[in-house]
Amino acid sequence: MDLDLAQFHSSFFEESFEALDGMEAALLGLDVGAPDPERVNSIFRVAHSIKGGAGMFGFKDVASFTHTLETLLDELRSGRMAVTRDISDKLLLSVDVMRAMLTSVQRKEAVDMQKVADLQFDLEMIVAQGAGGAAAPAAPATAAATAPAAAGNGAAAAGANGGSNAARWAIEFRALPELLLRGNDPIAIFSSLAELGKLTVVANMQAVPRLRSIDAERCYLTWTLELESDCARDQVDAAFEWAAVDCELTIKRVEAGASSAPAAVAPAAVVEAPVVAAPPVQVAAAPKVVEAAPKPVEAAVAAPAPAAASASTAQAAATPAAAGPAPKPADAKEPAKAAAAGGEHSSIRVSIEKIDELINTVGELVITQAMLSELGRKLDGSVAEQFRSGLNQLERNMRELQESVMRVRMLPISFTFSRFPRMVRDLAQRLGKQIELKMTGEQTELDKTVLEKIGDPLVHLVRNSIDHGIEAPDVRVKAGKSPTGIVHLDACHRGGHIAVEIRDDGNGLDKSRILAKARSRGLVGQNDVLTDEQVHELIFMPGFSTAEKTTDVSGRGVGMDVVRRNVKELGGKIEIASELGKGSRFIITLPLTLAIVDGQSVSVGSETYIVPLTSIVESLQLQPQSVNRLSGRGEVFSFRGDYLPIVRLHELFGIEPRATALHEGLIVVAEGDGRRIGLFVDELLGQQQVVIKSMEANYGPVDGVAGATILGDGSVALILDLSGLIRVAAGTARAA
Amino acid sequence: MNDSIKSGLQQVLTFVLGSETYGVDILRVQEIRGWSSVTKIPHAPAHVLGVLNLRGSIVPIVDMRMQFNLERAEYTAVTVIIVLSVQSRKGKRDFGVVVDGVSDVVNVDDSQVKAAPDLGSREATEHIRGLMPVADRMVVLLDIDKLIAGQLPNTSDSEDQASAAAAA
Repeated sequence: MDLDLAQFHSSFFEESFEALDGMEAALLGLDVGAPDPERVNSIFRVAHSIKGGAGMFGFKDVASFTHTLETLLDELRSGRMAVTRDISDKLLLSVDVMRAMLTSVQRKEAVDMQKVADLQFDLEMIVAQGAGGAAAPAAPATAAATAPAAAGNGAAAAGANGGSNAARWAIEFRALPELLLRGNDPIAIFSSLAELGKLTVVANMQAVPRLRSIDAERCYLTWTLELESDCARDQVDAAFEWAAVDCELTIKRVEAGASSAPAAVAPAAVVEAPVVAAPPVQVAAAPKVVEAAPKPVEAAVAAPAPAAASASTAQAAATPAAAGPAPKPADAKEPAKAAAAGGEHSSIRVSIEKIDELINTVGELVITQAMLSELGRKLDGSVAEQFRSGLNQLERNMRELQESVMRVRMLPISFTFSRFPRMVRDLAQRLGKQIELKMTGEQTELDKTVLEKIGDPLVHLVRNSIDHGIEAPDVRVKAGKSPTGIVHLDACHRGGHIAVEIRDDGNGLDKSRILAKARSRGLVGQNDVLTDEQVHELIFMPGFSTAEKTTDVSGRGVGMDVVRRNVKELGGKIEIASELGKGSRFIITLPLTLAIVDGQSVSVGSETYIVPLTSIVESLQLQPQSVNRLSGRGEVFSFRGDYLPIVRLHELFGIEPRATALHEGLIVVAEGDGRRIGLFVDELLGQQQVVIKSMEANYGPVDGVAGATILGDGSVALILDLSGLIRVAAGTARAA
Repeated sequence: MNDSIKSGLQQVLTFVLGSETYGVDILRVQEIRGWSSVTKIPHAPAHVLGVLNLRGSIVPIVDMRMQFNLERAEYTAVTVIIVLSVQSRKGKRDFGVVVDGVSDVVNVDDSQVKAAPDLGSREATEHIRGLMPVADRMVVLLDIDKLIAGQLPNTSDSEDQASAAAAA
């Protein structure tokens, strides 16, 4: 019994969070009125497995809440209750609450019990109201009487529930003969019950056979227990958690005498009626547990009445989303279906370190193989031909191995997309807009690291589209559009990159307004004429916002610059296409992985450097006459109407070059941080994909260098970081 | 390690720089390899020659002669790189030192190690764990953690920039 369960915690949390994501997706896809039974089932299973896990690990609050949730879901699953908009809102809220609880438990922080208790009470109310037609007229009265119970319940977690009226639980525990064989220990159950309050145990030994025929491994006893405690039903249940299938169990609450106020007893009786109507078998997991009294009743009796108002306000505050009338919700059926289909694949959980180790080793192999090929070319003789063909075979296999190992780290972008249906739905409700979310290309795969880092920028862009892009329904109708705006998320592969597009059919970017704002802030001269591209560039300026008023959704002008910085850090770029009145498109282009970069090798003196292809605009050779000197120091040249500074890499890095005259070498026009420079190098070598290795592991950060890579001959080449390089160049120019 | 602590005995790898003999704890030695040309690091201190590929990781190479203000020697095929691992504030790091040649592995009793005399400046002696006689020569026992702490760029102050640069 002393098994250390802590080692399983992390996988419990991981799986629970994943399951909650799935539950959320399923909820969003749930049709009000005519729910898909399979979907309800899958939602039920999530609640059930979290309850089981939480019970096992002793997370009592979580187990208690999920138990209530499960009860409600069971009603829905069996068709005894219909799925209404209100219920689905509450269920979504439950997902949030469970997430918050699990997070708190995981971090070993205190759980916000008030919120949990409020929602738990709401759920219980729904079950109580929906359990039978007979209960319907009584419902308002019940609500009034039991409302304070939620508050009382919350407090009960801290141990106080009304005080003097100590209630009693009468428990009939009839063990099946197999109880002991299954590893259950009645003594342990009793001692855990004893922790809840004063416990009296009476064993019934009638069934015990004569000594000769006793099988020591079988259980012949039944017990009658009496527990004096204010504890919740769930706590009593928890003690029998493991034994539930191996015994016949009756748990009854016996109220503490007739001392309760009669006023409170009356509505309680009303609530009890529908419960009797409900079938006695509650949950599949505990088939023989007979529900004798639901929690609202027990709490209602114990708690005083006047707190009703405060409890319901708290409850309203906890559910703002449910308060307003719900406009048409975002359509999220498609992704939910896809997610359901995706869940069928069998998979194993592997830590990311193991995969990275594997990738590293394969990287080594590739280098070794390249060295061998190099060697093979120099060999001659009869064996050499065989050797070379073997090497070719090796090379092919290596490439395949490398690709499949890289794919292990890849995940479909639906992991990031899946958060949007919920977000769009909530935002649309809050802003009073009608929005349909379309998602395509969710199965497009990209590196896990990229995936994790692209989430926030995408959230920001989608939020912007909803807040600034899509107009209010009446405005849309006036403009001759459908009142429902469309936000379209799309992902696809585009030549070794992945393009993620956020498209809306809203108002588009208002260039004149952006310009006016920029002029008023002095970012743009009064008479400057800007291209569309340059105007779009303005919205990436820190602190820039044209929103007339700041909402809690967006408009503070923080964000677009962060979005762009994040995208750039991933080695990607963001483009905007927009038409006033028709909508806008934000296109993010990202590398598939961070571990590999497409690079152009350049040589300077005896050194080889890798310039990331994403930074390169163009490469060209300069004629001496096209170079101008600025104030006798810096050199600039004209490139497509701009004057770009020339940065001599050999000077910057202190290397002895082969070419010092500009026309003898080459200029690589490269950009970083939105600035362009002409990088002067000796020559271009070739393009190749290189594996990025950290310089910091053993050395430290180097300005202008993003990392290093190992070339085919085993030597090291540095990968340039253009943003850093431009900063360094600017710094030395100023210092010179 | 445990044995040497118990008995006060440790094994030291000795190497030659010019006319001096130095020693490092052999448990810190990762490998000994011949000289191969290194890739220069821009803006690095002069004694950091560059980086090498050591079975897939990028390892900086330090010239011990320059570190100890000795006359610079040519790098030839017999020049040796000793790859050492040190504990820094950022965890374990590997780096290579270029030396003239590796001489021997000797057993040293802690009682034989004498403190370095005061040579006027703390810099001169702070990376020296002690002096010890081996045969008829004096071996300078190095504290490589201290030796290397001052050499590699400190990463703690510019962490954000660095990670941004690495991701770009």
